[in-house]
Amino acid sequence: MNLLHDLVFDYTLRTVGLGSAALGLVSGALGTFAVLRRQSLLGDAVSHAALPGIVLAFLLTGSKAPLVLVLGAALAGWCAALLVMLVVRTTRIKMDTALGLLLSTFFGLGLVLLSVVQRSAGAGQAGLDRFLFGQAAALVGEDLVTMAILGTMVLTALLVFWKEFKLLSFDPDLAAVLGLPVRGLDILLTSLLVVAIVIGLQTVGVVLMSAMIVAPAAAARQWTDRLDRMVPLAGLFGALAGLSGAVISSMVPHLPTGPTIVLVITTITVFSLLAAPRRGLLAEQLRLRRQRRHLASDTVLADLYRLAAQHSEPAAAPHAVNVLRTMAAGTGVRRALNQLAQQNLVRSEADGQWVLTEAGVVRGRQLVQPKDGS
Amino acid sequence: MNTDSRHPAVEVTDLTVAYRENPVLWDVDLTVPAGRLMAILGPNGAGKTTLIKAILGLVRPTAGRVLIHGDSYRRQRHLVGYVPQRGSVDWDFPTTVLDVVVMGRYGRLGWLRRPGRAENDAALEALEMVGMTDYRDRQISQLSGGQQQRVFLARALIQEASVYLMDEPFQGVDARTERAIVDLLRELRSRGRTVIVVHHDLQTVAEYFDMVTLLNVRRIASGTVDEAFTDENLRLAYGGRVEFLHRKTPADPYTGGDDPAIPSFGRIRP
Repeated sequence: MNLLHDLVFDYTLRTVGLGSAALGLVSGALGTFAVLRRQSLLGDAVSHAALPGIVLAFLLTGSKAPLVLVLGAALAGWCAALLVMLVVRTTRIKMDTALGLLLSTFFGLGLVLLSVVQRSAGAGQAGLDRFLFGQAAALVGEDLVTMAILGTMVLTALLVFWKEFKLLSFDPDLAAVLGLPVRGLDILLTSLLVVAIVIGLQTVGVVLMSAMIVAPAAAARQWTDRLDRMVPLAGLFGALAGLSGAVISSMVPHLPTGPTIVLVITTITVFSLLAAPRRGLLAEQLRLRRQRRHLASDTVLADLYRLAAQHSEPAAAPHAVNVLRTMAAGTGVRRALNQLAQQNLVRSEADGQWVLTEAGVVRGRQLVQPKDGS
Repeated sequence: MNTDSRHPAVEVTDLTVAYRENPVLWDVDLTVPAGRLMAILGPNGAGKTTLIKAILGLVRPTAGRVLIHGDSYRRQRHLVGYVPQRGSVDWDFPTTVLDVVVMGRYGRLGWLRRPGRAENDAALEALEMVGMTDYRDRQISQLSGGQQQRVFLARALIQEASVYLMDEPFQGVDARTERAIVDLLRELRSRGRTVIVVHHDLQTVAEYFDMVTLLNVRRIASGTVDEAFTDENLRLAYGGRVEFLHRKTPADPYTGGDDPAIPSFGRIRP
């Protein structure tokens, strides 16, 4: 296969593919905690807030080395996250308002700084505007090393403090009562989220990065009810989206990688919302319809029993479909009868009338007299 | 365990809590001797939950002091178990019943250690005590309100505390769960544990509890049921909103007879 060959041997595709997969893995795993703690928007605020940090780092050092820019991004994102926590704790402003406020302020500042840099140094030379929407094709080996080191650090910390982070996310009050340093853990988890976001900025960009935080977690939640499966699954979805986004955009000319990755993860999420076996919309619809059918056949059986009970021998008192239709006042009487016939509760006579079987009489009695029925 | 019997299990002095300018609790004193079941009663907004949270250090008091078995809460934290209000967590969190119960041991496990067999066994024993063994592997969103409450109780049980603080455990639970909670409270008392319960149902106070604290921002009364649970005190705590329906108390199945000193209370007018 040509594609596989390219993935292994083509330097650019391999770098972009690996980098995108790594960013998806880390942001998916960390995003799970953000989503479970109802802090999805915090990721958005942090990634937007990273922009002024990137530009400032460049202005101060004159360097475009990935580590320098990433550090700037992390510092600014971290400041924004802490500011949000501070504002919520000390003022009457609520979380969503604080996030909106800080997100736009930091992002606005970033755009202003960016235009200053571009005017003085020329956009091409600075090349910082690629952080807006990401430019995966510009990833080089050096970036990959930075991403790998930071990503490994974040995932290791997640494993080390697994049970503390789980308790913090589920019941912070209990964590405090048990003597865990809740505020410190909160800051640590938020810092890890900041690093996870910063890892992806170069590829996906500050504007779209929050999708990589929220979407894998939302998709993974559909397939499992256990945190220790949800986190790896979200990481897997993220990595899958990163890799396939990179591959797709390499095959189609002029297709930007970042937005493609985001579209892939969104597709995975939409599919999960629809098709997941227990929590999916389709499963729910099927369940609902099954219940409705069940109810319909119960109603018809009860009606038939009420009619038959007026005769001395209920199992030998056939009635026409039309009579049942007037009683049920609904559609689907014929289908309900067929269903009941399959369960051997009713059978049709030669003249097209329907009669209860012995089992049908018993079941019908139970339905009509649920309290004193035997 | 430092549960020196010379000291009361819980001793609160001059506790004042204010959210912004408004005092929620004002100068509250409270003494709970060890081995008693105490109900905290009061109208909505009386500060019942705040009192519990202040004792637990979850709310920072403006003034006042909390002692657990004669020493500061900070040092005696491991002696205190907590059952929060059911609605305080997201029951759609991806975890199982057993896992939630094991969380009660996270503090004692310490850093880096994962829960193992000992924690699992303790959790199963606690689930057995609240009649939830069959639900051990259930996802917590599949539980009814009463079952959720029992899971929270089991989680507090494996903390193996000396003092338990429970915030409205009887709120909206089925009769079976109510029975299970009452049995559990008695079991804890028989083991010498102290339980403080935020309670709502005035009719069951005399049956379920030894002691009562009536609260309405200030402490209205505190003491044994006989001393504190009087018409006068209830009127002070609830304002004019309690209609007293004096009627003969039905024979108490637990004390085995009528106690004319304990009045029976009916409805609370909205």
